[in-house]
Amino acid sequence: MALLTFLARRIFQSIFVLLGLSILIFVIARVMPGDPARTALGARAPQWVVDRLREDMHLNEPLTAQYYFWLRDAVRGDFGISLYTRRDVAQDIAEFFPASFELVLFAGFITAVGGIGLGTLSARYKDTWIDNLVRVLSYAGVVTPAFVFAILLLLLFGLALGWLPAIGRLSEGIPAPARVTGLMTVDSLLAGRLDAFWDAVKHLIMPALALALGSLSQEARITRSTMADNLSKDYIAAERALGIPDRVVMGRFLLKPSLIPTVSIFGLDFAASFSNAFLVELIFNWAGLSRYGMNAMLRKDLNAISAVILILGVLFITVNILVDLIVGALDPRIRLQAARSE
Amino acid sequence: MTQQVKVQEFGLSITRQAVLEMQRRNRRENLGRAWYKFSRNPLSIVGAATVSIVTLLAIFAPLVAPYPEHVKPFTDFANASLPPSLAHLFGTDEIGRDILSRVIFGFREALGMGVVVLALVVPVGVLMGLVAGYFHGTWIDTVIMRLTDIFLAVPPLVLALAIASVLEPNLFNSMMAVSLMWWPWYARLVYGLTSALRNEFFVASAQTSGAGTRHILFRELLPNMISPIFTKMSLDMGWVIIIGSMLSYVGLGVQPPKPGLGTMVASGAKFLPDLWWISVFPGLAIVVVVLGFNLLGDGLRDLFAAEEV
Repeated sequence: MALLTFLARRIFQSIFVLLGLSILIFVIARVMPGDPARTALGARAPQWVVDRLREDMHLNEPLTAQYYFWLRDAVRGDFGISLYTRRDVAQDIAEFFPASFELVLFAGFITAVGGIGLGTLSARYKDTWIDNLVRVLSYAGVVTPAFVFAILLLLLFGLALGWLPAIGRLSEGIPAPARVTGLMTVDSLLAGRLDAFWDAVKHLIMPALALALGSLSQEARITRSTMADNLSKDYIAAERALGIPDRVVMGRFLLKPSLIPTVSIFGLDFAASFSNAFLVELIFNWAGLSRYGMNAMLRKDLNAISAVILILGVLFITVNILVDLIVGALDPRIRLQAARSE
Repeated sequence: MTQQVKVQEFGLSITRQAVLEMQRRNRRENLGRAWYKFSRNPLSIVGAATVSIVTLLAIFAPLVAPYPEHVKPFTDFANASLPPSLAHLFGTDEIGRDILSRVIFGFREALGMGVVVLALVVPVGVLMGLVAGYFHGTWIDTVIMRLTDIFLAVPPLVLALAIASVLEPNLFNSMMAVSLMWWPWYARLVYGLTSALRNEFFVASAQTSGAGTRHILFRELLPNMISPIFTKMSLDMGWVIIIGSMLSYVGLGVQPPKPGLGTMVASGAKFLPDLWWISVFPGLAIVVVVLGFNLLGDGLRDLFAAEEV
């Protein structure tokens, strides 16, 4: 019950935040200098065409009315026509989103496994050379921007060593599997095409790594510090004194309570990785939502920009609610506190 | 401290000058102790040193850079695309400009961006947080904090990119875009601190003695939050520089031929892998600066024991 009220309250808050975000986006897209109709049609379009488009876009009406029409259409999933692809923005997003989702999922997987693994290793061998190595590397990882990682990886594995394909989602000569989910790896498995699956995975590794290394380092640092804190607690000493094998102590009794901050940060990083993917997708020419958004921004494609930001906002908020739920499931104390505060 | 207590115990009347002298000595002692604590961790020293060196390089760039004229429109095709050598430690780019010189001038743009953004963002965020926290639970609190929620609902990079792209692409507008996205973080930090402090006795006693809101906010509350704010500023210098370099990378920040670190990484990317030095050295320069500010920030955090940041 407490969970339901908590969920209801978070969703209510989120609707409010989204409404605010929509105003912010509207301000960016409409109130900024320049005539959106003129921008959409280009400098050479005749004036009467521009005037007609202004009429269609409700640009001659007061700002509040404009906002109402814009929001009404956005809620219906109608974001207008992209002036870059000349197609329905909603259609573009449906096409490009799965690619970003696949990339971000894969990166999230690398982050979780690598970050928690390295963090645990570091805490287990605290103050040895393993710990020091992990700490130095993760520090460097946190401060390196994703696009620098992308370029270094591209240089090393893509170009110098030639182990991995540098750009795109599939090699030339390998026909794309029939589109079902839009995730290349899943689609190729569904089509029973192992060659395409393997090729898609190879294309995924570098962009996903570039995206993951920063948050992976962050995760490793946080896991290490919470684990190291918890390691010195009495209950761990008690379990060890009882003769419970170290593996069990670490894996069962230490990991779960130590994962709470890790999960919170992971959620934030996961949601933010759609935005970090902006440059990574551009560098690896990955046909995803972020590259689409980036191109829209570079071409001042206002309809597409607003839609992409709104979608990212919805994603970010949803993931944050999910994280709160997961953290509640992991930690009974937080769950109880949330219930009490009702 | 001990001396003041002793004076009070013996009920001696002391002159104003003596008090000032004591205060000065205390401050010196505190500084000495702080430095001792800070310098116990060698990484903090590395951070402080990196930040100082980069700052000095940025300030004295025209004097330090081996080829200062290479940051202006300049071409020298005879010396184009040279790998790193003694004459050009970081090599030269595709039109013969010395990369090291451009990196040193790039520090100027990077630090300048950080300083300007923080100078805009910190006062606004701190004021918002103070007011919202002090009027905790009123409509003022609700309005300000829900406003920050909206800004924090989207990763800052996306909105900064969007705003920068709608405006004319240049360094000034990219600073404005990042600033617009950054103040809520300070508002939230200060809000948390103020909400905790507003019920302390020193605030209550100021209220009962008739102090105005402005006095309580800026003379009673604010001085108690300087350390976490300062720590966050040091860490944020790094993040702002990263976001700035990302904006420059996609062409929305520093405009060529001006040397932005992100711009340089981008312009060299098309010559990979043969002319790797064109992108790699500016990229590493970003990492070094950001690392320096992070190490310094961590050192400050340990020093102030400011866990909120």
